Amino acid sequence: MRKESGVAWVTLNRPEVLNACDIPTLKKLSAALKEIEGDQSIRCVVITGSGRAFCAGADLSAIKERKATEKILLDEDLRVGFNPVASRIFNMDKPVIAMVNGVAAGAGMGLAFACDLRIVSEGARFIEAFAKVGLVPDSGATYTMPRLLGLTKTIELGFSGEGIDAKEAERLGVVTKVVAPDKLEVETRALAEKLANGPKGLGLTKRAIHRALSLDFDSALEYEAQTQVIAGASEDHEEGVRAFTEKRTPKFKGR
Amino acid sequence: MSFTGSAHPSAKTISRAEKDSHLSDKEFSNIRTQVEGDIGLIFLNRPSALNALSSGLMSELVEAINWFEANGEIRCIVITGSEKVFSAGADIKEMSVWISAEALKQANLERFDLLKKISKPIIAAISGFALGGGLELAMACDIIVAAEGAKLGQPEINVGVFPGAGGTQRLTRAVGKYKAMEMILTGVPIGAREALAHGLVSRVVPNELYLAEAKKLAHEIAQKSPLAVSIAKESILKAHETTLTEGLAFERRNFYMMMSSEDKQEGMKAFLEKRKPNYRGR
Repeated sequence: MRKESGVAWVTLNRPEVLNACDIPTLKKLSAALKEIEGDQSIRCVVITGSGRAFCAGADLSAIKERKATEKILLDEDLRVGFNPVASRIFNMDKPVIAMVNGVAAGAGMGLAFACDLRIVSEGARFIEAFAKVGLVPDSGATYTMPRLLGLTKTIELGFSGEGIDAKEAERLGVVTKVVAPDKLEVETRALAEKLANGPKGLGLTKRAIHRALSLDFDSALEYEAQTQVIAGASEDHEEGVRAFTEKRTPKFKGR
Repeated sequence: MSFTGSAHPSAKTISRAEKDSHLSDKEFSNIRTQVEGDIGLIFLNRPSALNALSSGLMSELVEAINWFEANGEIRCIVITGSEKVFSAGADIKEMSVWISAEALKQANLERFDLLKKISKPIIAAISGFALGGGLELAMACDIIVAAEGAKLGQPEINVGVFPGAGGTQRLTRAVGKYKAMEMILTGVPIGAREALAHGLVSRVVPNELYLAEAKKLAHEIAQKSPLAVSIAKESILKAHETTLTEGLAFERRNFYMMMSSEDKQEGMKAFLEKRKPNYRGR
């Protein structure tokens, strides 16, 4: 992880296994996200993979090794592994961008979809993969995919275990931008820094939108009202209004 | 401005100067108090101990509550901790050396029951953790406002004991046997939304708003007839202590008694005259 200009860059660093994650890696990832949550100077997060893949999902060879000495409980593995990571990404009051540099398969796909935005390399692919090994989608995919791709496409991929490429992902409207591999970091940085200089309201916007996914309309109205009073109390709101009336660019501080 | 003597018979006989100086002069080391118009606030203030309910804290808490109870201007009390923690429960260091005879003598746990005798409504505003004695303290209050991210639990089972300050009684009455058993026997806490679904808290709001919401509620209640409020509180608390028939009789007797109160006359008159009532608390 590195922190620059208010952006935290979290890079999965096991390129030899296409950034597949074992439990220790996921615990480290969760701890890093927890640290980012509490760091007021970080206003935006980018998650990516090193090498040619974004994340190939759960490290199956690590699981195979563990089988020799312990009983594998897939539910417990999720509860201590991918679930806290997906939850922190989804619930963090800061924008999280997936810089999808390559294949995002299985839980890797789940994590990419748990992020708020995706900047995707032309050659990247999102592969469901679970069906091919007789498992079900995890890491929030059952929640995010129907909302992003629609029910039919989600079920299709869920049944086949196949994937979609960057172009189709763009067509389906689930990625912010598809770029050439050599432009990936530059484009992501531009977006991340823009968001990192945004108002405190951004985190609250994410919170309210996510909350509304689970509410009826009138409850969503009430939650908006509650969130609005918090946003309205921020210095950034005052600065934003002032800048608007003074016809200049606002300078936000994230509080 | 003095309220002693004949001017305002509904107020207790403490002068304004006396009031303000008395409570703020008090060197409380485990709590912090604040008066905000018609409400009194008590902040549990042992941050290094996660607001663990030591006997020192409990004494000061009781003293502050009794003081607010005696102060005619205060209509509603709010008890809260910090954003990070309401209270993590008993002071384990203190409690680990208790022996039965001493515990009986010190009667620490009985202090929680004193809250029942307070005529004014008490609102617990929970943010962060309310565990063990912390949750028991909150449940001894009348209304609970919780921040979305709050966690409520009874983890006593994890240190070789079980809830002894009302948890087995109040939690069960709030959430029912099956949820109470699960919570108390596993010691695993639940989140605010789950607590709301099970009737353990009154209201859940975004984290940033928990104290503002509790204060708003307190001020709202402070506008009602203080007499009606205290009789309503007493009647509601009675519901858990008696049969339905007895409870209904108790309620009815109180209601008939209220018919002769000035507040009832004023309340209904104001309603019919389409104006705001001006209660005098009698």
